[in-house]
Amino acid sequence: MEKTLYTVTVYSENQVGLLNQVTIVFTRRQVNIESLTVSRSAIPGVHKFTITANTDRETIRKIVLQIEKRIDVLKAYYYTDDEIIFQEIALYKVPTLSLMSSNEIETLVRKYNARILEVTKDYTVIEQAGHKAEIDAMFDALNKNKILQFVRSGRVAITRSTVERLSNFLEEMEARRKEVFNGNN
Amino acid sequence: MEKKKITGAEALLFAFKEEKVDTIFGYPGGAIIPVFDALYTHKERLAFHHILTRHEQGAAHAAQGYARVSGKVGVVIVTSGPAAANIVTGVADAMLDSTPLVVVTGQTSVAALGSDAFQETDVLGITQAITKWSYQIRRAEDISWAVARAFYIAREGRPGPVVLDLSKDAQNQLIEFSYEKCRYIRSYQPEPELNPDKIARAAQLINQAKKPFAVVGQGVLLGRAEQELFNFLNKADIPAASSLLGLDVMPVDYRLNMGMVGMHGNVAPNKKTNECDVLIAIGMRFSDRVTGKLSEYAPQAKVIHFDIDPSEINKNVQVEVGVLGNVKKSLPAVTELLDKADHKEWIESFEEHKLCEYREVVSKDLYPNNGILTMAEVVKCLSDNTGENTIVVTDVGQNQITAARYFSAYNTRKIVTSGGLGTMGFGLPAGVGAALGSPESKVFVISGDGGIQMTIQELGTIMEYKIPVKVIILNNNYLGMVRQWQELFYEERYSSTSIQNPDFIALAAAYGIKGRKVEQRQDLVEAVREMIAADSAYVLEVMVEKKGIVYPMVPAGKCITEIMLKS
Ligand SMILES: Cc1ncc(C[n+]2csc(CCOP(=O)(O)OP(=O)(O)O)c2C)c(N)n1
Ligand SMILES: [Mg+2]
Repeated sequence: MEKTLYTVTVYSENQVGLLNQVTIVFTRRQVNIESLTVSRSAIPGVHKFTITANTDRETIRKIVLQIEKRIDVLKAYYYTDDEIIFQEIALYKVPTLSLMSSNEIETLVRKYNARILEVTKDYTVIEQAGHKAEIDAMFDALNKNKILQFVRSGRVAITRSTVERLSNFLEEMEARRKEVFNGNN
Repeated sequence: MEKKKITGAEALLFAFKEEKVDTIFGYPGGAIIPVFDALYTHKERLAFHHILTRHEQGAAHAAQGYARVSGKVGVVIVTSGPAAANIVTGVADAMLDSTPLVVVTGQTSVAALGSDAFQETDVLGITQAITKWSYQIRRAEDISWAVARAFYIAREGRPGPVVLDLSKDAQNQLIEFSYEKCRYIRSYQPEPELNPDKIARAAQLINQAKKPFAVVGQGVLLGRAEQELFNFLNKADIPAASSLLGLDVMPVDYRLNMGMVGMHGNVAPNKKTNECDVLIAIGMRFSDRVTGKLSEYAPQAKVIHFDIDPSEINKNVQVEVGVLGNVKKSLPAVTELLDKADHKEWIESFEEHKLCEYREVVSKDLYPNNGILTMAEVVKCLSDNTGENTIVVTDVGQNQITAARYFSAYNTRKIVTSGGLGTMGFGLPAGVGAALGSPESKVFVISGDGGIQMTIQELGTIMEYKIPVKVIILNNNYLGMVRQWQELFYEERYSSTSIQNPDFIALAAAYGIKGRKVEQRQDLVEAVREMIAADSAYVLEVMVEKKGIVYPMVPAGKCITEIMLKS
């Protein structure tokens, strides 16, 4: 089946050990996690996992349902790239000498909207935010002068809707809570 | 007024009392001594019936047996490390078979966590993948909250096992006890709301069907929706079969009951699965043991799937309509929209296969032309000589399948078997739990000579608590089911399947349990009756055909219509 890079967003309560429960679902279905980022969400107390994985639609759908089945998971969604705004961040360490010997690096920094975070006499640290393809391109260009160190973050992504998509779900759940506690007290 | 403070260990037991627990299966050890001490303190006041099994695996399976026959949550308390490891099989089994359990494991003190302390094991890490929920309690003040949640989660929605890993400090800390039952968890919706569109669409498909066929699973039993099922099937005149775990949902003599589907199911329902025009799955999960080769499973049928668990819809079989919700509510909602129908011809068409199976399999199983007893004869004899209040708990293997095929259940919660995990050694301890969970029933364990020895130590539990379980060992001196595969698919290369057995009757006698060994057909009925009449435990060993094969059989990975009746 056709493989696509999917971005999965998992909203959860703040419970110890949840990360493990989420990743187990991918492992059991033999899907490699390409990147994973854990952060807070805009809703107080609600955590957000942003996970990318290459797989087919059927599998990602099943994975998302099986993640949602975990008790402390509020909701999970999956997206293709056209449905979200996403970004990754990369840090490069290059020899400062290579920076000084030509304006090539400066051109790259301008071209990719990168910025310089720290300069010492031995090395310079460059930060770049963008899509993976842009980061790969900058990496290849910089690596002509031998990159000393490199790291790229996991993807972060938000949807095009105005609020956290979870909000509707939370409203439904709140209604259910009221029903439970007022219904038969 | 200041409330009296109690220890966390006491709080755990008080919380259990709030959840109306009466029976606990357990085994003590260093990291759980405070809880056992509290049991001792409150012997009279709380009056728990604590059953000390002979192995923690036994405690877990006993709790499963208890839960399966009673519909209550089975409760287990064991210590840390090795004990926590020993309950894993039972917990995994309960997960696959949706059995509600609350298992408490002791844990080292919080300060020592992660230091490879004595008998420390990563219980959360081990159990997360095989539980509905697992949680480590590090402070006594969290006990009431965690226990309330544990029971709610174990019981509500699709049931399952919960593990609470209780640190020693939490057991010893003093707290003021208060308890509130859990009725709501924001992140967990036990029962999806009914969707009127899906209900209508399901009814429409069924109303249009010429050859509807239903497959019923344990979900109906868990939802206590037996009557709703009968109303549904009766109104639209739908023939139905069950999965292994749904065997006791419909009485065997029910007009629309067409038997069991799956690898060792009946011929008619397997073949008809691939002939029906609408396949209605109700509270079952399309396990590979039911479907055989997935791509050739009911390809002609429009499939409707009733289930409480959203992740089951379209998991294995692509469905036309997924009807989410508790079958107790969804079935009546659909039934209301059904036209009265009559599928006489379609229903009668099952008969031919039934006769064929009788001729090719059943008659040979029940009336063999050689002198050696078959497993089927023994199970049939038990079935013929027992009444409605009989529970059969099986082990795993040929004995299990034969019990499933030849024991006639007339009531729900009367057959207990390890379906999803297929755990050898399940039978005997689950039988102990079943007897305690349903004291008004007579409980019979049907086991193999191999499986019985995996948990045979529970004869000690039976002895100590005078549990009137009757144990039938169908002794073929083989790990029969594996031998069957070796005969059929591995050119009779019997690698490690013949087995030398102890004198089971002498072993039973050593535990003070009455027993009898039967080798001749003429002794069977009398021996079975003697066992049934006994008011205490009993071990009946029956020497059966060594190289029997359970048919029908759909070879693994084959289409269900390729069901074999003989080799
Ligand atoms: C714990 C466990 N180990 C191994 C198996 C694989 N297995 C399935 S059936 C079977 C043979 C069972 O032999 P026995 O208990 O004598 O029953 P029989 O099939 O002969 O009736 C085995 C080994 C299993 N299901 N469970
Ligand atoms: Mg055997």
